[in-house]
Amino acid sequence: MAASPKDPSQLNEVDISRLERSLRKPRALLSIFLSMTVTLMTVMALVPLFSVIFMLFYRGASKLTFENFTALPPTAFEEGGGFGNALVGTIVMVGIAGLISVPFGIMAAIFLSELGPNSKTAKVVRFCAKVLSGFPSILAGVFTYGAVVLVTGGFSAYAGGVALSILMLPVVMLTAEEAIRMVPRRMKEASIGMGATQTQTLWYVTLPTALPGILTGVMLSVARAAGETAPLLFTALFSNYWLINDSNELQLNDATASMAVLIYNFSNSFVDNQKEMAWSASLVLVLGVLVTNLIGKSLSRGGPTR
Amino acid sequence: MDQHKKSPISRPPTSLEINTDLAFRYTCLGFAWLTIAVMCYIVFEISWKAGPAIQEYGLGFLSTQTWDPNTKEYGILPEIWGTLYSSAIALLIGSLFGVSVAVFLSEGYLGNFVFSILKIFGVQFHPFWGKLPSASETALKNLVELLAAIPSVVYGLWGIFVVIPMMRDSCNWLYENMGWFPLFGTRFQGPGMLPASFVLAIMILPTISAISRDALVAVPPKLREASYGLGATRWETILSVILPTASGGIFGGIVLAFGRALGETMALAMLVGNVNTIKVSLFSPANTLAALLANNFSEAGSDEMKVGVLMYAGMVLMAITLGVNVIGALILQRATAGVKGLN
Repeated sequence: MAASPKDPSQLNEVDISRLERSLRKPRALLSIFLSMTVTLMTVMALVPLFSVIFMLFYRGASKLTFENFTALPPTAFEEGGGFGNALVGTIVMVGIAGLISVPFGIMAAIFLSELGPNSKTAKVVRFCAKVLSGFPSILAGVFTYGAVVLVTGGFSAYAGGVALSILMLPVVMLTAEEAIRMVPRRMKEASIGMGATQTQTLWYVTLPTALPGILTGVMLSVARAAGETAPLLFTALFSNYWLINDSNELQLNDATASMAVLIYNFSNSFVDNQKEMAWSASLVLVLGVLVTNLIGKSLSRGGPTR
Repeated sequence: MDQHKKSPISRPPTSLEINTDLAFRYTCLGFAWLTIAVMCYIVFEISWKAGPAIQEYGLGFLSTQTWDPNTKEYGILPEIWGTLYSSAIALLIGSLFGVSVAVFLSEGYLGNFVFSILKIFGVQFHPFWGKLPSASETALKNLVELLAAIPSVVYGLWGIFVVIPMMRDSCNWLYENMGWFPLFGTRFQGPGMLPASFVLAIMILPTISAISRDALVAVPPKLREASYGLGATRWETILSVILPTASGGIFGGIVLAFGRALGETMALAMLVGNVNTIKVSLFSPANTLAALLANNFSEAGSDEMKVGVLMYAGMVLMAITLGVNVIGALILQRATAGVKGLN
């Protein structure tokens, strides 16, 4: 062992063998035991993930047919059927939510990161966004029920979209703020130095550079919104029909189907066909959500060039 | 901010550009204010719609146990109990596993594991392998975070068809042999507190592990080195140096996860049984505030009192979750500031 050459007499007072790792010592054994416990617990923590994915493929994939994507949900006594209208409904409602929350979130993020990052307003806004991001999704539904459904007098795709947009807003805003912050100062200074106004700098320099990061936030929020069920239960409710009716009118003012609510409704069904439908719909929903999530995360990995 | 106006190099901005600039900046400011407004409007709308029910039932609403639309008697004590109880159990399981995962991810276990396997196969050190530990750690971290991406309704479905059948035999064995113990006091019939809390624990695990990992990684390496230098084993270092230093962040993460668990709806609505009882037993069906709202709102129609009662319940849920979330955020803020000061 390394020893200080100056004063060898002191070496004898420290028993160096005590510091060596020996498998006979309780402290080393305890350390190994705890390490194994932690490893085991980490493995166990991943079991549910694999179990969910395995069950989705096991019960969902075998019954998944092309008809599922094009047909209407089956009634209790019907065979076959699908979740075509629910898929369309989910996409439309997430689209409405995105149309509201993405511009809103990015504009607020521009204020937070560029215009007044240390102002009092920014601090309050950031606090509100953080509170909103921990907001239970069901309360977004409760709010929308009071503010939209009761006012317009019925369940609608718009109400569903508004409820989802409340949940998407903080995700978009906080990730966009982070992304805009990551844009190097020098690029902005160069632009300002060329005589550009702050808005021009933002449009032509900052936002294009921050785009991957902003898209990450948008994708993550879309993935979150697509899987939300609770706020849709009483804002969009559910419908067994297509969004476009027979006379080719878009019925956004009526109750609208969504994948998540379909899974919820069919999960407690007593008919096997509907249970299988719930599993197939879950498989499609989870794959969609996971792919969106992974795309979002891979986008941010590139990051802005420095 | 005004510098570019005073010293233009290429060309001064035209008045149109200046006006667009101003307009755009005020629009952004407006949207920022709108965020605050939305937040306030949500709180106001829910409390205002709850007004009639608050006047009618008052504080007794929180302490009565009946929920009977026919006699118009409403009370949410069982739901409050169910919400807190299920979240507490979930938190117990979730934080145990979540902190373990965080320790595993932050202490370089996976890297050591990969390297020891490579050593067994006699693989020479190569620049490519050198990147493996951190890459595999990131992969594992993303894998754990995927748990959060699965929609809660899918967890509910999985709970109904996998967790409940899996639990049935062992839970009934516990009831038959240890039924005198209050936690196992009722027969396990299917939906109930335990499967709901179990699934809830899985759902909050990513939150806890992600925040705890951030807190653990932020511990200054000098502390760890000093502890190793004194001859401490790896776990003596973790238990007596690293965890206490990161405890603020970990605690904040746990509180935030608690807030999330309180508001979680679908998995609970599908698994908890929706029965308004107050029981200590883990196997008995129960109800939570969020599940109550999910099950009753679509039938409320325009009956002002029914809507009001549900809004009142929503307001209680909002008060609890907002309180917990704000506390969690404050703890996290203070914790990260404290660790920064150490550097």
